[in-house]
Amino acid sequence: MYEFAYHKPSSVADAVKLLSADPEARPVAGGHTLLPALKHRLARPTALVDLSGIAELRGIRREGDKVVVGALARHAEVASSDVVKGAIPALARLAGTIGDVQVRNRGTIGGSVANNDPAADYPAAVLGLGATVVTDRRRIAADDFFTGMFTTALEPGEILVAIEFPVPEKAGYAKMKNPASRYVMTGAFVSRGPQGVRVAINGAGPCVFRQAEMEKALAANWSPDAVANIRQSPDGLNSDIHGSAEYRAHLVTVMAKRAVADAG
Amino acid sequence: MNVVTPFEGIGASVRRKEDLRFLSGRGQYTDDLNRQGQTWAHILRSPHPHARIRGIDTRAASAMPGVLAVFTGKDMAEAGVGGLPCGWLIHNKDGSPMAEPPHPVLAVDKVRHVGDPVAVVVAETRAQARDAAEAIAVDYEVLPAAATMAQALAPGAPQLHEGAPGNLCYDWHIGDKAVVDAAFARAHKVATLELVNNRLVPNAMEPRAAIGEYDRGTGDYTLWTTSQNPHVIRLLMGANVLHIPESRLRVIAPDVGGGFGSKIYHYAEEAIVTWASGRVERPVKWTADRVESFMSDAHGRDHVTKAELALDQDGKILALRVSTLANMGAYLSTFAPCIPTYLYATLLAGVYTTPAIYCEVKAVFTNTVPVDAYRGAGRPEATYLLERLMDVAAAETGIDRIELRRRNFIRPDQFPYQTPVALQYDSGNYHATLDQALQAADWAGFEARRAEAKRRGRLRGIGVSTYIEACGIAPSAVVGSLGARAGLYEVGTIRVHPTGSVTVLTGAHSHGQGHETTFAQLVADKLGVPVAQVEVVHGDTGKVPFGMGTYGSRSLAVGGSAMMKAMDKIIAKGKRIAAHLMEASVEDIEFERGEFRVAGTDKKKTLTEISVAAYVPHNYPIEELEPGLEETAFYDPKNFTFPAGCHVAEVEIDPETGRTQVVNFTAVDDVGRVINPMIVEGQVQGGVAQGIGQALLERCVYDENGQLLSGSMMDYTMPRADDLPPVGVATHTTLCTHNPLGVKGCGEVGAIGSPPAVINAVVDALKEYGVRHVEMPATPERIWQIINANRPRMAAE
Amino acid sequence: MPQVTLTVNGKKHTVEVEPRTLLVELLREKLRLTGTHVGCDTSQCGACVVHINGDSVKSCTTLAVMCEGAEVTTIEGLASPDGTLHPMQEAFREYHALQCGFCTPGMVMSAIDLVRKNPQGLSEEEIRHGLEGNLCRCTGYHNIVKAIAAAQEVMHGRRKELARAAE
Repeated sequence: MYEFAYHKPSSVADAVKLLSADPEARPVAGGHTLLPALKHRLARPTALVDLSGIAELRGIRREGDKVVVGALARHAEVASSDVVKGAIPALARLAGTIGDVQVRNRGTIGGSVANNDPAADYPAAVLGLGATVVTDRRRIAADDFFTGMFTTALEPGEILVAIEFPVPEKAGYAKMKNPASRYVMTGAFVSRGPQGVRVAINGAGPCVFRQAEMEKALAANWSPDAVANIRQSPDGLNSDIHGSAEYRAHLVTVMAKRAVADAG
Repeated sequence: MNVVTPFEGIGASVRRKEDLRFLSGRGQYTDDLNRQGQTWAHILRSPHPHARIRGIDTRAASAMPGVLAVFTGKDMAEAGVGGLPCGWLIHNKDGSPMAEPPHPVLAVDKVRHVGDPVAVVVAETRAQARDAAEAIAVDYEVLPAAATMAQALAPGAPQLHEGAPGNLCYDWHIGDKAVVDAAFARAHKVATLELVNNRLVPNAMEPRAAIGEYDRGTGDYTLWTTSQNPHVIRLLMGANVLHIPESRLRVIAPDVGGGFGSKIYHYAEEAIVTWASGRVERPVKWTADRVESFMSDAHGRDHVTKAELALDQDGKILALRVSTLANMGAYLSTFAPCIPTYLYATLLAGVYTTPAIYCEVKAVFTNTVPVDAYRGAGRPEATYLLERLMDVAAAETGIDRIELRRRNFIRPDQFPYQTPVALQYDSGNYHATLDQALQAADWAGFEARRAEAKRRGRLRGIGVSTYIEACGIAPSAVVGSLGARAGLYEVGTIRVHPTGSVTVLTGAHSHGQGHETTFAQLVADKLGVPVAQVEVVHGDTGKVPFGMGTYGSRSLAVGGSAMMKAMDKIIAKGKRIAAHLMEASVEDIEFERGEFRVAGTDKKKTLTEISVAAYVPHNYPIEELEPGLEETAFYDPKNFTFPAGCHVAEVEIDPETGRTQVVNFTAVDDVGRVINPMIVEGQVQGGVAQGIGQALLERCVYDENGQLLSGSMMDYTMPRADDLPPVGVATHTTLCTHNPLGVKGCGEVGAIGSPPAVINAVVDALKEYGVRHVEMPATPERIWQIINANRPRMAAE
Repeated sequence: MPQVTLTVNGKKHTVEVEPRTLLVELLREKLRLTGTHVGCDTSQCGACVVHINGDSVKSCTTLAVMCEGAEVTTIEGLASPDGTLHPMQEAFREYHALQCGFCTPGMVMSAIDLVRKNPQGLSEEEIRHGLEGNLCRCTGYHNIVKAIAAAQEVMHGRRKELARAAE
């Protein structure tokens, strides 16, 4: 790692101030995305702004027909939260399969969503449930939030505060893991609820995306069979030593089918 | 054998002595050590697979905070530092020696693989050394690279070394081609298979590390290093690289966190820190991070082979013809040339009575990390092709794959058995291990399990391999005649202390094998000293007289035999002391259960009484016998040992994703006499895990330009707990006939027998798709591609 | 240089560290607790696992400065002061769940967290899944799984003594 300064503000306002004053500063929560990059000297921030001491970013609660998950909620917390398990069990299951036990004990939902790694799990749930990303200054619909590989609608210095998940009637998740890294090679998060029928695909492309054809089919007939014969085009999908675009395209169908089965 | 302490001697699953320190965090691995005044080295490595170095500017780096020195290859060459030596000379078909290009410690004029060391920074802290290394400016002229063997052998290919035209290291062969060709001409059937043995990265969990320390007062050097054989490192580095006499150079390999072959070799970093410590006159430490390991530890396997098997109408093998390309990487690592020759082609008879074998091997330089021995080393490659070929032959002859193997087995009454490829097997019972494995794996009940899996939408298959290996390396005269530049004996010292406790000094090195326990059991068994009172010392040239280290499943067969020989000397001397003390004739003294007795009387002396007498020689035959009770023996094995056995794998494939899981695995191995069954089982289980890893998960991938794509654990699939099945292990023993313990070795059998068993099971699972062969690793995508490509045909049928 | 105050194995330490210092570096280099190892640099291998406030965590992916006020337990802190091993350590020895010993500290720390958080008991398959964050290159995991299965019986008080491994 290169040298950097370290700040630990105790309020969102202070964190925003620190980040706005120094465009090369980076926020950090669990550190499980940022620190590996820093260790390989792939990034050179001047300072890290540690958000973990900010109480406003904590907590998981039910608010009417929504579940609100604070940005600092660790994967293990989401996985074991009675609120989440009761309202959106697929979200709890998803959280319980991220990385490994130790990653789940440190990694946070805010960090994962803000980073928008194409092979991360949470973006699929955020998009697949039609969630709203709440920041220090505004509310961003999931459909507008994930803008590309490792990029989001967040502005420099903007801090992700919480994510509001509408409670669906049904939701399910299935993924094929990259055998080496255990990140997502291809995953599908499906839901039916106040946001309509949504199918979000992660891992396969450079950024999580919705599969419109499958959504249409599931709206007409909510069953694994409805998506079983829908082919995803490999155009624009990721290709690496673990899976070609063609293979990932094939997995989109398989995972969507399994996600619907998971949703029940 | 004397069994004084029945729960600790040969055959007892004694819990390991070394575990307490490892379990309490008190192991002492190289990176755990810190020397007074220690500095840190960071090695700048080439980002290019192939480039000419036009110049290196170290001025900015030298001025960075904390930097003590920056050295380049030119600096080291000017100081007289030699290149890294190769320990084995192979001769070409025409009798000329192989190409043996220089292997500088730091690149001088050219870099030849990503990770080739270019310069070293020595600084006060590790971070400072790394910071400064980034400030070194290297002017590279990037050259086209030969990333694969096919690229390297193509006309007009980029040439790696001046002294290796066509990038060929050697073109070697074994066997009588004319006899083999004649046998093929009269064959009833010929089974042919082209296959790749995938390149692997050993990935011992402890990254390599080294600390060099120069003592200004004495002029002595000490090197702590993550090595499987510190004496060999001392010899190679002292004599060839740094020109330091053995008496001035001590090499210590403390606790070492796994090796699997990758820590046998003399690596550049060992010479760099040792030499640099003399230049900066302070200890210099280097520890690899994992990404560095991927581009600097020797890789394993990497063969491309065409093999043909000729059979008569009864399914008896008439001949085997093999042509292999073996990747050497960019330079010759210490033992690289012998792996695809004498550790590979000599195994091609397998457990079969194949009368004629011809194998030719071309070894090729490519712009990749050097390739050398990795667990099994040559023998897994031989076994994989042979056991895949047996299944292909079974399919083509219509003979059941078990029956085909049985028909061709060497029978128990045929030992000693001379193969057509140089080896003479001393003992074995291949029918017995096969039968035992089939029974344990419930081979007969498999079809019911296949049907049950099919109802769950899974494709289930079963596969078998019957393998042999040659280990217990090795008779010095034999390997010398084959090009080895070292002897391969082992050394053991038994030091009986005055109070009767024992220190064992062994040239073998333990980095997970449990020698501290197994070797203590030998002493307990033979001398009657409790395991707790036996200390095993290894890994330090300053303590142990000499040694060749641990690899090739040799520690017990060769190192243990040396200890047995030394204990024989202890007993012989003890008898003379006992005879004196008890006023009896030496011929009348018997040694049993830790006691020297006068035959036919109740007169006896314990080993402790004898050792007290030896060290306090007041009443002692001092005129004819030296005081003290310490003996050293060098043991040179008479032959290789030949562990063999049968592995059965059962897999299930998810046809939608192509993901394959091994659901059952059974190993029945003949490793000779078993000293500690618990440790043997553990060794086999670990070897099988690496074999399943090779078959399903692991592969080292370079792109066509020579960039390493699987350069970290994010992309190189290490087997995890949920990738692997429980592994059932049993043994069936026939004793080795030529060493005092009857042991054969168990370190590599798991990695040798398992890959073909797994792939044979995968092919079996896919048989309805008309699949004949599946390359390793059988990754989900690879399986899906096969299923996808064959589905239309199935539908059409 | 910033200071961090944390409790390691019951002992309070205040240490000056650069912000870029990882927890594992603090443990190994400043406190000389070298039982916690580093086997990779991509947070995959788990040789560095320690407990922070009772949770297993990869200390190679945690900044020391982020551990202000934390209770850290390492492999050195498991055994009783009189040397009695933790049941998990004892089980690893009894079941030959280690060979070279390098992954062992992290493996033991992960195993303890896994068992503690699953008082209902874990099947062998669940144990394998729970070890996703720890790599071992020596054992093939077979005996590690057996050891954890045996240790959980003692840790949850279902057995007084560790079941002996089959001979």
